[in-house]
Amino acid sequence: MTTSENLVWSENSVQLPGHFGPYGGRFVPEALTSALDELDAAFRLAASEPAFLQQLADLERDYTGRPSPLTRALRFSEYCNGARIYLKREDLNHTGSHKINNVLGQALLTKRMGKSRVIAETGAGQHGVATATAAALLGLECTVYMGEEDTRRQALNVARMKLLGAEVVPVTAGSKTLKDAINEAMRDWVSSVDQTHYVLGTVTGPAPFPEMVRYFHSVIGREAREQILAVEGRLPDAVAACVGGGSNAMGLFSAFLDDSSVSLRGYEAGGDGVETGRHAARFAAGSPGVLHGARTYVMQDEWGQTISSHSISAGLDYPGVGPEHAWLHDTGRAIYEPVNDSEAMTAFSLLSRTEGIIPAIETAHGLAGAMRLGAELGPDSVIIVNLSGRGDKDVATAARWFGIDLGDVVSAELAEGR
Amino acid sequence: MLIGYLPAGYPTIEKSIGLVLAMIDHGVDLIEVGLPYSDPLMDGPVIQDAVSVALSGGATTDSVLEVVGAITDHGGSSVVMSYWNPIERYGVTRFTENMVARGGSGLITPDLTIEEAGPWITAATEFHLDPIFLVAPSSTDSRISAIAQQTRGFIYAASTMGVTGTRDQVSSMAPQLVERVRQLTELPVAVGLGVSSGAQAAAISQYADGVIVGSAFVRAALAGGVAAVGELAAELAQGVRSPLR
Repeated sequence: MTTSENLVWSENSVQLPGHFGPYGGRFVPEALTSALDELDAAFRLAASEPAFLQQLADLERDYTGRPSPLTRALRFSEYCNGARIYLKREDLNHTGSHKINNVLGQALLTKRMGKSRVIAETGAGQHGVATATAAALLGLECTVYMGEEDTRRQALNVARMKLLGAEVVPVTAGSKTLKDAINEAMRDWVSSVDQTHYVLGTVTGPAPFPEMVRYFHSVIGREAREQILAVEGRLPDAVAACVGGGSNAMGLFSAFLDDSSVSLRGYEAGGDGVETGRHAARFAAGSPGVLHGARTYVMQDEWGQTISSHSISAGLDYPGVGPEHAWLHDTGRAIYEPVNDSEAMTAFSLLSRTEGIIPAIETAHGLAGAMRLGAELGPDSVIIVNLSGRGDKDVATAARWFGIDLGDVVSAELAEGR
Repeated sequence: MLIGYLPAGYPTIEKSIGLVLAMIDHGVDLIEVGLPYSDPLMDGPVIQDAVSVALSGGATTDSVLEVVGAITDHGGSSVVMSYWNPIERYGVTRFTENMVARGGSGLITPDLTIEEAGPWITAATEFHLDPIFLVAPSSTDSRISAIAQQTRGFIYAASTMGVTGTRDQVSSMAPQLVERVRQLTELPVAVGLGVSSGAQAAAISQYADGVIVGSAFVRAALAGGVAAVGELAAELAQGVRSPLR
């Protein structure tokens, strides 16, 4: 039954709900089990109700601004071996990233479950901002946990969350980044679960989160598929996205999973380089383990202790990854590669200068991937890149990287974020 | 029964052995040896800090087994408390074999749901180790039954909805939870989370079979080392065995 010591699973687990092959599942304190069951039931019921789906679709259209465009990146394509590159413009969503798709869905569920408060973790701040936004819209109390290190490098998003009425709690434990923010949010949730819903921001965590978050982001892939068929008359050769937890990637991938001609490509943070040990490359340098409620690929040492990740991008700076990605990786359906900080920043600069679009640094990892893909697939290939977020929040980091003098006043303001 | 928790390797491996032996000498019936883990999401700040010190000092799964062995050699009894990933990484069978070799009696797994516990329960059954699972105030009766069926040794009843840490008052949810558990299983029930004083221990002993104390021992170790830990153990032991019973 058991195949190996370090990968404990039965063959039947492929069919188990909440699992993706041996990955996923629920590894949580018993105190959370009933809340997860309640959430699972609320999600499935809502997803079967036309009225709920209409309510969500209305919000997506009237509030988020969907559908998001699919933009042909002509000048950027020149740096991708001439491949036909299309950008799925999630950066144009209200709040500036794909994160709002999931948050609106979960916020509506929170109301349906009769809960009055939401909590969230955030790395780059985009999920925190989206959650604070939805909480304001729907009249929910909101607390966001953010690693202290991230509150510094994403100071503008901290200010946005506060302006939206959310409480932002800097987390000083551990590596002071996304991983520790999730720990702290879980601790809050165990203590407050009666009235509080934890709006987990990515396709990881205990079931039903990976499946549910993918569901709310699947609109990205559905739209992109329809849009590319309309403009190119055929499916793309590849779809590409950056992968931290992996929600923007799963949203895009979900519409193409059954199209075997479409290559699915995920780009994780290579940091200073996988060989330096300072990275967030779970597939390149991690192994199967359990983190934050799910079995998945984890950066861990020989004792099963989590290893701190490193990336210039706060949103990709995470030692775990969504369990469905782990399964797509093992089955070979999707291919994951690391992209170093410097490679990502080159793509960041190129897109800004060739298309007039400043991407989030997270997103720039996917764009660097597209540059590789163009070389691999050739000039006739059609590639969709998920432009998952805009780069306003990253101006200070990017200015430092490129040595741009921001002037005394601006520097002082941004230095707060340093 | 008084159950006392301390993480292996806090503040050092050698000193953690001294601390748990003092607990035994002053009336703790069963030691819960904590396996330090980088992401202890069911623990409050006191245990988080202690575990962080232990990890910085180089504590590993082997250190935990060393502490278990020392307890056995001293004539005491122990179980290990561990989040799941370090056990899985070490190897479930390897861990189970080594626990038995060192004289440990069971493993408490605070983040392992019974649905994911198949291989561990199989190994525990084969090697006669106790798989100890938690129930919470939010657990449904059917869930408590299912958990009890997989549990041996005792059921760990989390007294409140929350993380580890001392509280002035033990939650009123605890007696109700224990009462529900008793309706559903013959297993002994131990209450943990938030217990720190002899008076609290005495009160819990009136309705539960065991009292589990964690953060209070860590605080005592930090404040006064072996002497303070021994003193707290004695106070708690007196509470547990008080004539109120």
